Amino acid sequence: MRGENAALGAAGLAGFLVLGEVIPRLGLVKQEYFPPVSRIAEALGVEVGDPAFWTALGDTLTGWALGLTIAVVAGIVVGVLLSVVPYLREATASTIEFLRPIPSVALIPLAVLLYGTELRSVLLLVVYAAFWQVLLQVLYGVRDVDPVAEETARSYGLGTWARVRHVMWPSALPYVMTGVRLAAAVALILAITAELVIGAPGLGARIAVAQTSQAVPEMYALVVVTGLLGLLINIGARTVERHALAWHQSVRGEVTV
Amino acid sequence: MLDVRGLRKVYEGSGRRTEAVRDLTFTVEAGELVCLVGPSGCGKTTLLKCMSGLLAPTSGEVTLGGRKVDGPPPGMAFVFQEYGRSLFPWMRVGANVELPLKQKKGLGAARRKELVADALESVGLADAAGAYPWQLSGGMQQRVAIARALAYEPDVLLMDEPFAAVDAQTRADLEDLVRRLWQERSMTVLFVTHDIDEAVYLGERVIVLSKSPTVVQEQLKVDLPRERDQLTTRVTPRFAELRTHVYEQIQAAKRGAVAAPGAGEEAEVAKAVGTAGGVPVDVRKDMPPLR
Repeated sequence: MRGENAALGAAGLAGFLVLGEVIPRLGLVKQEYFPPVSRIAEALGVEVGDPAFWTALGDTLTGWALGLTIAVVAGIVVGVLLSVVPYLREATASTIEFLRPIPSVALIPLAVLLYGTELRSVLLLVVYAAFWQVLLQVLYGVRDVDPVAEETARSYGLGTWARVRHVMWPSALPYVMTGVRLAAAVALILAITAELVIGAPGLGARIAVAQTSQAVPEMYALVVVTGLLGLLINIGARTVERHALAWHQSVRGEVTV
Repeated sequence: MLDVRGLRKVYEGSGRRTEAVRDLTFTVEAGELVCLVGPSGCGKTTLLKCMSGLLAPTSGEVTLGGRKVDGPPPGMAFVFQEYGRSLFPWMRVGANVELPLKQKKGLGAARRKELVADALESVGLADAAGAYPWQLSGGMQQRVAIARALAYEPDVLLMDEPFAAVDAQTRADLEDLVRRLWQERSMTVLFVTHDIDEAVYLGERVIVLSKSPTVVQEQLKVDLPRERDQLTTRVTPRFAELRTHVYEQIQAAKRGAVAAPGAGEEAEVAKAVGTAGGVPVDVRKDMPPLR
C-alpha cells in the first residue's frame, strides 16, 4: 500500500515535469517567460556551482532560524505567562485579537525605516508573523489540560511551577508542536518576502536580481530552491514532532493491551 | 483522625444554585477502612473533593489529625476513578509513581527509587516501571495509580469509585488488593463506591449517604471477620444480611425516606433488616441479583 502510494506520487511528479518540458517546447507558452524544465535544471546546476548562491542560502536560513527561534521562545514564554497569571489573559485578549490579524508584510515600511536592508529588518517581519502562530497554539494547548490530571497533581501537593512543568507543558506540547510547524513555514515565507521586497541579502534578493537582469531560467531555479527548502522544513518539523510526542495518541497508534 | 463536621457545599453558577451536600458529619478513626456508599449523583465525589482539600466547602469543616483541611494535606493521597486521565501518559510508570515524591522535602533519589520499587512490588507490577501507562490494561493502570498513592506513604488514602471502570474479575482482585494493603500498611482508608456488595465486602464500617442534598442516612458496623475471601465471605448469611440492609437503606435514600431510627449512630442491624425507613418491605422481592 505504502509502496503503491509512493509509486503514484513519483508518477505524478514525473508527469508534471514532462508537461513542464513539453508545453514550452510546443510553443503553447512563450519560452522566454516559461522555460522548459531542462533549462531550469541546467540553470540550477550553474547556481549550485556558484559560491554566491550558497552565501544567499546561508543568509536566508540565518534569518529564518533566528527569527523562528526568537518567535518560538517568546511565544511559549508569553503564552505560559498569560495562562498562569490570573486576569492577564482577559486583560490582553482584545489586544491580541487586534494585533494578530495585521499582515506582517504591512510592516515592511516600518522595518525599512527602522533597520534599512539589514538582517534585523528580516527578523522583525519573521518574528512578527511566526510569534502569533506559536502564541495562539500555546494558549489553546494550555486550556486543554485534563482537569483530572490537574487535580491529581494538586492532590499530591505539586506547586504552580511543578504543575506547569509536569502537567501543563506536556499537555500543551502537541499544540505547541503544531504552532512551531506552522511558524516554521510562515517564517520562511516572510524571510523570502522581506529579501525580495526590501533587498536584504538572501535567496529573495537573488531572485529579484535574476528577474531584473532577465535571467528567467535562473529565477525559476531559485524559486525551485525555495520550494525545496519549504518541503525540507516541513519534513524536519514533522520528524521532531513525532519524536517529542511519541507518547501521544496521535503518534503512538494502536496499542495491544 | 479524619473529622467531617457540618459539611455543606452549594454550587453557584449561571443563575442556578445546586445544593450538592447539605449537612454531613462523620468521623473516620485512625487505621479504619470505611466505605461510603450512596445512590448515584448523591454528591460522593463532591464530599471527597472537599475532604481532600481540592474543593472549598460552603460551610462546615474537615479536620485531619486536628488540623483544618484548606488545601491538599501532605499526609493524604487520592486515587481517582479515571485512572487513564489521572496517570500522565507522557511519563513512564516509574516516573508517574515517583513524581509526587519529588515534591516531598528530604527524600533523596535513592530513597525515592526504593519507595517506587516497593510500591510497584506491592501491587504486583514490579517489572512494569519502564512501560508507559497506556501500554497496560485498565486494571494494571489502576494498580499503578494505587502504587503512586502508596509510595507517597499517606496516613489517609481516599479512593473515589476506583474500580467502577474495570471488569468484574479484575475488580475482585483489586478489592482484595485494597484489603491486603490496608492490613499491611496500617493506613486509614476511605473508599467511595456505588456498589453495595463492594462496600460491605471491603469496609469495616459502611456509611450510607442519602440522595442529594446529601446527609448521612446511616452508619453501619460490618462485623465480618478480618480475613475476607471473595468466595467464602460473600456466601455467609451475615454478608447477605448486611448487604440486604444496606440495599434497603439505599432504596429508602432514593425515595427520600427518613432514615431508619438510630441513623447517624450505629444502627442495630438485626432489628433493621427487613425494614426501610421504618416501613416493612418484602426482602426477597427487593433483593438485588447476586453477582
